[in-house]
Amino acid sequence: MTTPLVEMKDICISFGGVHAVDHVSVDLFPGEVVGLLGHNGAGKSTLIKILSGAYRQDSGEILIDGKPATIHSPRDARSYNIETIYQTLALADNLDAASNLFLGRELTTPLGFVDDDRMEAETRKIMGRLNPNFKKFHAPVKALSGGQRQSVAIARAVYFNARILIMDEPTAALGVHETQMVAELIEELKKQGLGIFLISHDIHDVFKLCDRIAVMKNGQLVGTAKTTDVTDDDVLGMIILGKCPPGATPGPGALTDDALAG
Amino acid sequence: MSDDALSGSKAPTARNFFSALQLDTRLLGMIGAFVVLCLVFNVFTDGRFLTPRNIFNLTIQTVSVAIMATGMVFIIVTRHIDLSVGSLLATVAAVMAVVQTQILPSMIGLGHPAIWILAILAGVIVGVVIGAFQGWMVGYLGIPAFIVTLGGLLVWRNVAWFITDGQTIGPLDETFGKIGGIDGTLGTTASWIVGLLATAAVIALQFVSRRRKQSHGFPIKPFWAELTLAGLMSAAILGFVAVLNAYEIPTNKLARIFEARGETMPDGYTLGYGIPYSVLLLIAIAVVMTVVAQRTRLGRYIFATGGNPDAAELSGINTRFLTVKVFALMGGLCALAGAVAAARLGFSTNDIGTLDELRVIAAAVIGGTALAGGVGTIYGAILGALIMQSLQSGMAMVGVDAPLQNIVVGIVLVVAVFIDIIYRKRTGA
Repeated sequence: MTTPLVEMKDICISFGGVHAVDHVSVDLFPGEVVGLLGHNGAGKSTLIKILSGAYRQDSGEILIDGKPATIHSPRDARSYNIETIYQTLALADNLDAASNLFLGRELTTPLGFVDDDRMEAETRKIMGRLNPNFKKFHAPVKALSGGQRQSVAIARAVYFNARILIMDEPTAALGVHETQMVAELIEELKKQGLGIFLISHDIHDVFKLCDRIAVMKNGQLVGTAKTTDVTDDDVLGMIILGKCPPGATPGPGALTDDALAG
Repeated sequence: MSDDALSGSKAPTARNFFSALQLDTRLLGMIGAFVVLCLVFNVFTDGRFLTPRNIFNLTIQTVSVAIMATGMVFIIVTRHIDLSVGSLLATVAAVMAVVQTQILPSMIGLGHPAIWILAILAGVIVGVVIGAFQGWMVGYLGIPAFIVTLGGLLVWRNVAWFITDGQTIGPLDETFGKIGGIDGTLGTTASWIVGLLATAAVIALQFVSRRRKQSHGFPIKPFWAELTLAGLMSAAILGFVAVLNAYEIPTNKLARIFEARGETMPDGYTLGYGIPYSVLLLIAIAVVMTVVAQRTRLGRYIFATGGNPDAAELSGINTRFLTVKVFALMGGLCALAGAVAAARLGFSTNDIGTLDELRVIAAAVIGGTALAGGVGTIYGAILGALIMQSLQSGMAMVGVDAPLQNIVVGIVLVVAVFIDIIYRKRTGA
């Protein structure tokens, strides 16, 4: 078996005595989409923010390509080619698409000044590939639609050769057509061998896009399963009751009577 | 910006004439308001407002506040505020005054040619350190900037008092005094040279930017629009120089200069003042700050942080340290503004810079800096400072009572911001 792209082992973090993430282990292989599911407050976003460098785990280990990785800041995460697309779309509303795409990694001229023209040219190139309808290169991103903004965020990840992509509710604010666009994009990225963590509430989306799912409840991992081995109802049972169906591998958060199954 | 304007193939009609120029309509509005203001005052003062003499005075009176306003733009863009600038100015002015009248003369001798620059350097260092300290409290300790600088408003005003023992310090070094305005100007010939160089630089920049856009295949303005813009800017620069040159040094002052040199003044000899050094300083600061805002990572991060602090943080920007940098920059600019203010008076007084924080914030806000953060321009703030100063001295010239002057300035501030809010809603900018 190949080495996983990412392994998060026994991750714990607590905020003021609340165990937001409690001994959770998940992994991700190249060319795979893993869906992270759970209620609001189940700890999905917190877990993912540890991987993206926004939070630091209290204990546990992150392995990238089988080697231990130290991720203490978003900058560290980027050095491992981990890119995150946040639920709240981490874009600066007052800046244009190119400035947002390159935010924190601006192209500069030999004199060290920001090279807006080159960044715009690069942005035009990549947007031409991802979203050919995109025309508003000079408008601040707050003037863009949800899908256009999402494509800027995705372009950012793609442009910088992400190997590990974290998508937090990527289709939550989008219309039907735009959701389809994002789905096609995810397929495309999978083919290129990226590993994608997808956080979503939409079971339908998850079954369509993901290869595997990991379900969390109250900060603990209920279980993981291949999407081909479980049904919608099984997954709902995992999310709501913490009940691990036969097709899934139970985690520490599974109901105790299910422990008999494993 | 319409697509027609970009194609450039159509003959210009009145409407797409302006859109083809791609001017900032907000800036046009401000310039329009400023021109109307000047014309109205000119009528009410029987033509005394728009004389070379008054324009010269207006310019040098604006410099100190305008210098600080450029720094305040960055502060407000990052969603902070600095209420301490007036007091900080007093502290650094006191430091510079004490350094040049008491410390340096005893070390390197009275009237040493390096005194002025060493004094300014000392002031800038103190200003940057104090600014950085306030920025550290805001960024790293998480105390709101309003509170930190409200405290600073009281602290630095009275630190200044302790530095000078509450005395007025002066007279200041003669060379230092030249940065104040009337006593330090370029003279007519040098002013023309500076004006021509500036014109050449503006046209060259325009040309280079057009070439670069073309090489990337971006849409460009029609050529005639570029020409019109170049013409307008050249006329503005050279017109400004011409006005400053037209303000002539009074005959008896000239005669004294000749006497001091042991010569006699030829009959009918006249000499214009030209561009004051303080204005050159302001222009240099404006250029540097604009480059920082638009062409450097620091500037990009300042605006990104103002637009969405979380996004900036998640993009790997160290927003805490950025806050320190922005406040340190403000402190340094306060020191330069303090040098100009003290040099103009010839003394460092206890009340120097009193209420400047309000003028500076008003200038930035009238100039289009949004208190919600993320939006603001350097040229807007300078124009804002100029409008405030024109309003104040125009009313003084007309003979409006002092209390009424302040009432009008206050109302104008509120109305200007209201108009700006409506404008932003309409244009969606």
